[in-house]
Amino acid sequence: MRLTSVLAWIGRHATLLVALIGRSAEFIWSIGAAIGDVRTWVPLTAVQVRRIGIDSIPVAVFIALFTGIVLALQSSYTFTGIVPLYFVGVLVGKSIMLELGPVLTGLVLAGRVGANIAAEIGTMRVTEQIDALEMMAWNPVSYLVVPRVAAGILAFPIIVALALVAGIGAGWLTSISLLDLSTQEFVRGLRMFYAPFDLSYPLIKAASFGAIVAAVGALHGYHTKGGAAGVGRAATHAVVMSCMLILVFDALWAVILL
Amino acid sequence: MIRLTSVSKGFGALSVLRRLDLAVPSGQTLAVIGRSGTGKSVLLKCVAGLLDADAGSVRVGEDDVGEADARTLRRIRSRMGYVFQFAALFDSMTIGENVEAPLRREGVPSADARRRADEVLDRVGLADTRNSLPAELSGGMRKRAGIARAVVSEPEYLLYDEPTTGLDPVTTAVIDDLMLDLKQDLGATSIMVTHDIRSALRVADRVALLHEGRLHTEGTPREIRDSDDPLVRAFVEGKSELWPEESGPGR
Repeated sequence: MRLTSVLAWIGRHATLLVALIGRSAEFIWSIGAAIGDVRTWVPLTAVQVRRIGIDSIPVAVFIALFTGIVLALQSSYTFTGIVPLYFVGVLVGKSIMLELGPVLTGLVLAGRVGANIAAEIGTMRVTEQIDALEMMAWNPVSYLVVPRVAAGILAFPIIVALALVAGIGAGWLTSISLLDLSTQEFVRGLRMFYAPFDLSYPLIKAASFGAIVAAVGALHGYHTKGGAAGVGRAATHAVVMSCMLILVFDALWAVILL
Repeated sequence: MIRLTSVSKGFGALSVLRRLDLAVPSGQTLAVIGRSGTGKSVLLKCVAGLLDADAGSVRVGEDDVGEADARTLRRIRSRMGYVFQFAALFDSMTIGENVEAPLRREGVPSADARRRADEVLDRVGLADTRNSLPAELSGGMRKRAGIARAVVSEPEYLLYDEPTTGLDPVTTAVIDDLMLDLKQDLGATSIMVTHDIRSALRVADRVALLHEGRLHTEGTPREIRDSDDPLVRAFVEGKSELWPEESGPGR
């Protein structure tokens, strides 16, 4: 009896997974098909860049500031007496640029932006506003989804670039004010293993995270069913799926690009 | 003319429309009545191409909605106005922008779109709400704004989904008058799905009773009013004891 229950559970979830993959593939296809409708989505993208990008800067910078502070203090604690202290600059710079800047920002924005997109489009779905768009011969994907995905791709690298500056700046300020480290030593560490790719790598990751967060939020919003509870579920699923995909793509980029 | 031939539509195991045949001659209004869950709104969505029928054909004028490609569907919809049950106004736009939206989509210049939207808003008694957001209006006002948006481009076909449900009797009468005026002025071919038998008998040229996804009966408002059919009597008189117990909705 227990075995059949387990098998039934596996079967149910496998079916749901296959349905989700199918729905996602169809959705990505519809986004691709809607890109040609530039007259619809281009004018709407600027508004979304402001909503997704500019409005997200404070929270991203806040996270980066404290990450920089903690990284400087923890690396100093780890290196004491063994590794020269200017390696604090190496660790703060490399960690923030290659990993923590884009990934932490991506995860935070998955919550802020992904949930927002899923809830907004989900509400439009359950209140028939998406049907109303279709009745006016608008393509809802061109009107609602493509501007948000484009804004995610454009805005996330800008937000991450600011987060990198804030994180490294906070690490530097912490080093010169709380540690026995001068600005010259910190910068020496920062430049020691620096390669120009260290700057393009997080921006590539950020653009992909922006696309993931916006597309996953839109996917779950677009297929919302069941009123307010359905909108809540869509937002939750969007955040969870975005976070998982960000971590998967983070590993994927490391394998491909490093 | 709108014609549904042997249309079936289901969702999973639930069969909603079952080989439904309906026809609305040009310029006439058909009211589709029936209990909740009998597939009235699904019927409208099949006519508009928002849902695909599982079987059968839906023809709007010369076009078969089920066979239409995206371009044809856009053309069909551009001749159609849809009044949604809860108005479906865009939250982020003002009432004026909502009413202008179909015209903007058609490429009507801003000044003309604004003028025509103002005329229609004035006609539905919402001239003062142009700059209000949908959330700031009452249910009846939102319905009227929804009607204004649906008729601003003077469509050949009008689909009303529960236009008076949930409204007080006075507002219901206002909406009924509005639909009658629009029928006279636009000469649109219309389908109105409703629970509101009074509204149906007043506005429609013909009334169809949908039961368990099928057309149970159809006739003029007078024929429906005078019918001896127990289901029709139950609906007209609003008496649940006349409704056969074994034939509840959605079964």
